Order: sequence, then C-alpha cells, then structure tokens
Amino acid sequence: MIRYVLGRLISLVISLIVASIVIFAVIEVIPGDPAAFMLGVNARPDTIAALRAEMGLDQPVILRYFNWVTGMLQGDFGRSWTYKTPVADLISDRIWVSLPLAIYALFLSTIIAFPAGIYAASRRGGAGDITIMGATQLGVAIPNFWFAMILVLLFAINLRWFSAGGFPGWDNPLQAIKSLTLPAIALALPQAAILARVMRSSLLDMLGEDFIRTARAKGLSRRQALWRHAVRNALIPVLTIIGLQFSFLLAGGIIIEQIFFLPGLGRLIFQSISARDLIVVESVVMLLVFVVILVNFAVDIAYAAVDPRLRTKT
Amino acid sequence: MNRNLIIGSTLTAVFLLLAAASFFWTPYDIQSLDIPNKLQSPSGGNLLGTDHFGRDILSMIMMGARTSIAVALVAVGIGMAIGVPLGLLAAARHGSLLDELIMRGNDLVFAFPSLVIAILITAVFGASAVNAIIAIGIFNIPVFARLSRAAALPLWERDFILAARVCGKSPTRISIEHILPNMTNLMIVQGTIQFSLGILAEAALSYIGLGAQPPTASWGRMLADAQTLVSIAPHTALVPGFAILLMVLGLNLMGDGLRDWLDPRIRVTRA
Repeated sequence: MIRYVLGRLISLVISLIVASIVIFAVIEVIPGDPAAFMLGVNARPDTIAALRAEMGLDQPVILRYFNWVTGMLQGDFGRSWTYKTPVADLISDRIWVSLPLAIYALFLSTIIAFPAGIYAASRRGGAGDITIMGATQLGVAIPNFWFAMILVLLFAINLRWFSAGGFPGWDNPLQAIKSLTLPAIALALPQAAILARVMRSSLLDMLGEDFIRTARAKGLSRRQALWRHAVRNALIPVLTIIGLQFSFLLAGGIIIEQIFFLPGLGRLIFQSISARDLIVVESVVMLLVFVVILVNFAVDIAYAAVDPRLRTKT
Repeated sequence: MNRNLIIGSTLTAVFLLLAAASFFWTPYDIQSLDIPNKLQSPSGGNLLGTDHFGRDILSMIMMGARTSIAVALVAVGIGMAIGVPLGLLAAARHGSLLDELIMRGNDLVFAFPSLVIAILITAVFGASAVNAIIAIGIFNIPVFARLSRAAALPLWERDFILAARVCGKSPTRISIEHILPNMTNLMIVQGTIQFSLGILAEAALSYIGLGAQPPTASWGRMLADAQTLVSIAPHTALVPGFAILLMVLGLNLMGDGLRDWLDPRIRVTRA
C-alpha cells in the first residue's frame, strides 16, 4: 500500500509540473508579449513598459516560470492587473461561492441518482427502468445553460419563487443557499443522469456475480441481497465518477455562474479572460487543475484502500 | 435493428438533411433583417417564428445545424486521427516507456478542466469556429487514444496476430492491417458519442461568444441572443434549445443502438 501511494504521489507531482509548464507556455509564451496582449492594440508604449516591469517580463522565461511556481507554493498568486489586488484575495473571496455551489450540486446529483439508479437496476426491463433510463437520456442531452434559462423563466420570472441571479453573501445563510438553488439544479441535472446510469449498470454487474447467488442461496431475499451486498460493491465505480464530477462541477460552473451572476471562480476566469488579465487567468486555471489532479489522486487512494486488488494494477 | 437505433438515426438524419438542404435553400434569407417583423410567434409565414432582428428562426436553425455538425464532426476527426494512432502505438509497444508516456499524457489532458481550456484557447487565439474545433478536438484525442489502446491490447494476444508476426509483418503493418479493422465498430460507436458531446460543447462555446462569429448562424449564439428576450418571446429560447436537445439525443440513441447492433459485448464510456 505504501509503495502504491508513493507511486501515485510521484505521478501526482509530475502531472502538476507538466500542467504548470503547459499553462505557463499557453499564457505567457504563445501570445508573444503578454503585456502588449493584455493591454490591446491601442495601448501606449509607456503603459506596456510599466506592465512589463510589473510582470517581470524583462527576466528570462525560465526565471519567470520559477518565480511563478515558487510564489504559488508560498500562497503568492501575483497581483491582478485589472482589480489591483492580490490574486490570492480574489480567489479566497470567490471560492466561497464556487465551492458551496459545487458541493450543493454534487449533493443534489447524488440524492437524485442513487435512488433512481438502484430502482432502475432492481426493476431491470420494467416500466420504471425504462422511464428512468429515458429520463437520463434526456438529462444527458440537455445543455445545462439552456436548462438554467428555462429554470429562470419558470421559477424566477413566472413563479417568482427564486431571484433570477445574484448572490447576497453568507451573512444570511438561508438566502445564500436559496440563491444557489437554481444554479445547483441546473448543474446537477446532467450529472445526475450520468451518475444514475453508472449506478444502474454497476449494480447490474454486481447482481450477476456469484456472491449474490450465494447470498440468495443462503436465504436472503432479493431486496436483502441487493442492499447488503450488491449496492456496497457497486459503489466503487460510482465513487470514481463522483470524484470526476466534483472537479467538473467546480470548474464547469463558469457558464452557470455567468447566467446567474454569481461571483464565483468561473465568473472570475471569464471576466479576467475578457479583460485579458492573464495573471488572474493563469493562477486560477492552475488552481483548478491542481484541485482536479488532487481529487483524482484522492479517489485512486480511496479506491486502493477499499479494494486491495487495485493496488497492483497500473 | 433496435428501437434506439431507429429513433436515433431518424433524428440524426433529420438534422443532417436540414443542414444539407441549407446549402441550396432556406425558407428565408438569414442575412436580410426585417425589423418590423421581429419576435413573431410561430405562424404559417414563419413556422418557428422570428428573432429580434425579424430573421426566420427555422432558417437560422438550418444554418446553425450546418455549423454545429461541421464543428463537431471535424473535432471528432481530429480526435480520431491523432488519438487512434497513439493508442495503436501504445498497444504495439505495450509496457514500454513510450506506452507509459502516451498514457500519462492522456491522464494529463483529462486533468485539465475542458471548458476552461477551451475558453483559454479561444481567448488567446481569438474566437472563431476553427479555434472552437481545435479546443474541442484536443479533448477528443485522449478519449480515442485510451479506447483504441484498450481495444488493441487483447487483440495482440490473439492467434491471428501471432500468425501475422510469424509471417514477418512489422508491428506497424499488423496494427494497420489487422488491429485497426477489428476495432472499427468500437470507434464508430465512440465517435457518435463524441460527436454528440461536440455538439454540446460547440453550443456552450458559441453561447458565451467564443464559437463561430456572426454572421455565421449557430445554435449557441441564438440562445445567447434569446437570453434577454426569454420572458417576452419564449420561442426564441425554446426552439434552439430543443434543436440542440434533439440532435444530441438522436446521436446518443444512435450510439447506444449501434453498440447493441454491432456488438452487444462492447462497452463504451460516456465521459
């Protein structure tokens, strides 16, 4: 197990290094002069020179890369050119919208998908199964930003149950949760559809296994065998998908945050890209990639802890 | 034939026909604006109504189908053209450093939040249909690389491959002449799924203004235009949304149907 964790850890570090090089290259090397790119075609030469000095563009590329990485390791993500504040402060403000939104959406997706998937698998081929599978086909095919528009039209404009957008802050937790509800539903629906399908097929695989037949032979009813043995084992592939979905939800909120005017990380990236504030873009993308890689690592480890067979596989 | 395949391919065929027909004929010219006739609900004159410029929505849907299909199809093409050879190479050199490098590279691409990177690419290189294709295509590469490697590995253990090796064929020739033809089914099914994901991705990118630029019609931008009008003219948001939904649904059903029809044993992942 220790060997396995060490191996994963090395591959985690290598992934992070390569990812940081790729991000740095795309943002700071490919556009040519990032300062000129950020300021646009009509910028005055002295403004460009000032930004070049602030970004340290007069230094060699390698040195700039190392400064960027060592800065991030110490919690210094640079200073935003448009907001004139440290990027770390921007991130710590926005994360309190994006993270709760992702958790909320993941929670919704799980509480919809688990019962749906288990029910469909236990009634395989029946009317309930066919209905649920049909619904998941729709759920996978609906663009979530369109679904968000429809939700706003129905629940904010027509029924006036929710506000159409904005975020009141966490001073009033109930209001805050309420304002995240429509966005969370819009984000959760396609994920719930995928998760329900995975849950169903994973459970069907388990129901065909010998140990279920053994459990039934020992006198357990179908229902008991399902809940005591099949569901627990079927959770392993489901957990991976949940891990992947969490990082997707954290990063994938960009468009949804945009629609609901939520001041989250996605909206920060989007606004920074529009304002060509590459310093912010670079650090936030790196942070998101870091979280994704970290979550995948955690899922791998959790996996190996649950199922020793996986420790030998690569 | 099964039900999924029939419904799915019918839906897909309808959109392909609409897109093909748009090269020769659309009910109205979408370049000409007719402001006095704006935001009309669906009627005999405009079957799906008109938008905020008085343009016929059916004509826009037809032209938009062309954009969506073209972008998604080329993006799948990029993914297959680069991903499949990489996967075949990794399988042919199974266990080598090259195999390891290709697979770790795949993991790395998967680790990037795809939408963020797509936005980044189009932001750095400019918003256009071509950059949208590249952004979507890049994320198709690891999907096909992983799948083709996984499909090729068990094939390499088979006797007919051994026979080919005894005949002195090189790994490259074996990969092309024997491995590849045996996994086309799988590639077709996964290609259909990636095609549908491409349609969704193109719609998302053009919705936030980073896909095809005006005057090229696109479903995503029709939705973006409809955003502020949704309460006064709901059809402007409903029609393009249903177009995306039905096209993606059709492709997904067709993919599932093809999988069952071509080979009931194969499993395709929907990432």
